[in-house]
Amino acid sequence: MATIAQGTTRTKPDHVRKTERGEAVTFLEAISEGLFEEMERDPRVFILGEDVGVYGGAFKLTRGFSDYFGRERVIDTPISEAGFTGAAAGAAHMGMRPVVEMQFMDFIAPAYDVITNYIATSLWRDAGPMPLVIRGPVGGGSRSGAFHAQNVEMAFFHTPGLKIVYPSNPYDAKGLIKAAIRDDNPVIFEEHKGLYRAPHLRQVLPHEDYIVPLGQARTAREGKDLTIVTYGMMVHKSLEAAATLEKEDGLAVEILDLRSLLPLDEDAIVASVQKTSRVLIVHEDTRTGGIAGEIALRINEKAFAWLDAPILRVTAIDSPIPYAPTLEDYVLPQTADILTAARYLARY
Amino acid sequence: MAKRTVAPDSELVAGLTRRQLQEIYYYLALARAAEERLEILFRQGHVHGGLYRSLGQEGESVACAYALRPRTDGTGDLIAPLIRNTGAIFVMGGTPLEYFRQYLARGAGPSRGRETNIHFTDFARGIIGPVSPLGTMMEVLAGAMLACRMRGEDRVGMIWCGDGQTSTGAWHEGINFAAVQRCPVVVVIEANRWAFSTPTALQTRAKQFVDKAVGYGIAGERVDGNDVIATYEAARRAVDRARAGEGPTLLEAETYRLRGHAQHDAQDYVPADELEQAQARDPVELFRKRLLAAAWATSAELAAVHGRVAREVEQAAQQAVADPYPEAEEACAGIYTDVEIRPPWTRLEAPDPARA
Ligand SMILES: Cc1ncc(C[n+]2csc(CCOP(=O)(O)OP(=O)(O)O)c2C)c(N)n1
Ligand SMILES: [Mg+2]
Repeated sequence: MATIAQGTTRTKPDHVRKTERGEAVTFLEAISEGLFEEMERDPRVFILGEDVGVYGGAFKLTRGFSDYFGRERVIDTPISEAGFTGAAAGAAHMGMRPVVEMQFMDFIAPAYDVITNYIATSLWRDAGPMPLVIRGPVGGGSRSGAFHAQNVEMAFFHTPGLKIVYPSNPYDAKGLIKAAIRDDNPVIFEEHKGLYRAPHLRQVLPHEDYIVPLGQARTAREGKDLTIVTYGMMVHKSLEAAATLEKEDGLAVEILDLRSLLPLDEDAIVASVQKTSRVLIVHEDTRTGGIAGEIALRINEKAFAWLDAPILRVTAIDSPIPYAPTLEDYVLPQTADILTAARYLARY
Repeated sequence: MAKRTVAPDSELVAGLTRRQLQEIYYYLALARAAEERLEILFRQGHVHGGLYRSLGQEGESVACAYALRPRTDGTGDLIAPLIRNTGAIFVMGGTPLEYFRQYLARGAGPSRGRETNIHFTDFARGIIGPVSPLGTMMEVLAGAMLACRMRGEDRVGMIWCGDGQTSTGAWHEGINFAAVQRCPVVVVIEANRWAFSTPTALQTRAKQFVDKAVGYGIAGERVDGNDVIATYEAARRAVDRARAGEGPTLLEAETYRLRGHAQHDAQDYVPADELEQAQARDPVELFRKRLLAAAWATSAELAAVHGRVAREVEQAAQQAVADPYPEAEEACAGIYTDVEIRPPWTRLEAPDPARA
């Protein structure tokens, strides 16, 4: 690996040194740090995507990376999602560990073919593992319209061979991106852009190297009265609702943050249902074909006898994400919806 | 909105009359003024999404569109505009009021607050609005013009594509389809040197985009997109070829993006001298000087154009600001022709999941 080019400067970009200095990091900085550390640790890791190099990515997540690691390891690609995702697959065959950035995850669509038909089936075809990560911003609420707001998990959820990760906080985001890069399977890594710079989410992260294993959910809040199964941005809306429910209704809500959607941590879901007997599933993605359907059926199969109420869901309505604030807020699930649904469940 | 009128006076240059030349100037000034006014609205917090300027590219956008046959009854030529085609949209009959209402997400706007920036469609005036994923519209316009050809209509479709967009698979498939089917399409490549922060050299190894025409087996022309007259003439030839059944033309318009990709982009990756040189080639300013030098317009006439533009823009901006957002419940409408999308069950008067 000695032939892999180095960058022009050996000064680490400031925004990946916060943990080193003991400072709290944002969600975005946590992902930057995770990526940066993996690139330092393993010369096989490299980044490709639009405007990731000199500019540092549309959200500046890889700012300074190309100076440090060199432009060969942080490649500014043509606008060719299908092309560079396919190229990442080829590089992965040859023993590299590419990280593909989608400028917005909405634009993963042109790469759907190579991801589902080629990348996801590689191992199964005996063409070898596909240690690559496809990451990028997802999610609505930022008044960006239908093509800069999508959640893409369910477009890939039914493709065997893929993993899907969707973190909700800096600690998990860093640990999960590192785990995703080290994983020998292709991982789709969704980053809600509403979390990127949210100041209240800043966390001081451990100095030492850590990962968060894929496929493991996290209990974001303990409770005995009902379980909210959720992920991403909706973890925070659920936490908000849970605080209100505790104060106003005396309800102890448990919140399970899935973190990984594929594989799904069925054991954690079942354990929580067995504890609370009431389940609300909350996701920002649209309703029909949303992951709530899969989760509900797993609960039905594994924990039906424990249920005291029907499994309910709060989701976006089946609509593209509109631009106008009035419309967008109407389409996306809000804290008030979670409150209403949880109260309905608790009374059931 | 001004009507394209048959000028009483004679042709001065490129088959254009004095009135038409001044009309082109009006559209150039209108595009620039509308965007400048929008920038102010943006700073005041009225625009939620991204704001994209066409500063420096108004020339190619207006001049190319001016070579088309706009109608308001759905029988005219068609355009597939992009974020930097404010000017072309105005030429086709789009209004500053629509433009502001759209950017401000107003309920009375052309997409009723659903869609961002210039993403709106009006088949009556021949505007097929884009989606964000680049390349898609190349395929769509090819098919729209295929349909026109199948029905024996002599309509022409024009699409603007950035240099960056030509790297997409969709763009390739679309232009190749148009070429093979000899669709009456004019493909304008807005070669403005940058795709967000990525220079053209990282998009293609081709020396010039017009070389790609050879690969597709279609006509190709390259023109200084900041020269309004030359661009109009080249577009005119391409439109005439398309209308005569000779298939698509790839028209490379060399131009320059004088601002960052969007409002949030400080374009600090752009070499300062490059920007300076480009600023000296402002298409609107070049055209203004040419109009005056050739006596195709007097300063008084141009001043009158600016006066009219300022009035129209100001009135439209104020109207749009005063307009309301769409009603939230409108979100459920128009997703299917025949399937009802219900409001979230949690917002029913008596919440009931069974009614979701
Ligand atoms: C398929 C796809 N990938 C990425 C983007 C994000 N994106 C929007 S505009 C843009 C740059 C476009 O450059 P160019 O085509 O040259 O047009 P210009 O902005 O210069 O007019 C990018 C990368 C997109 N819209 N669609
Ligand atoms: Mg460009």
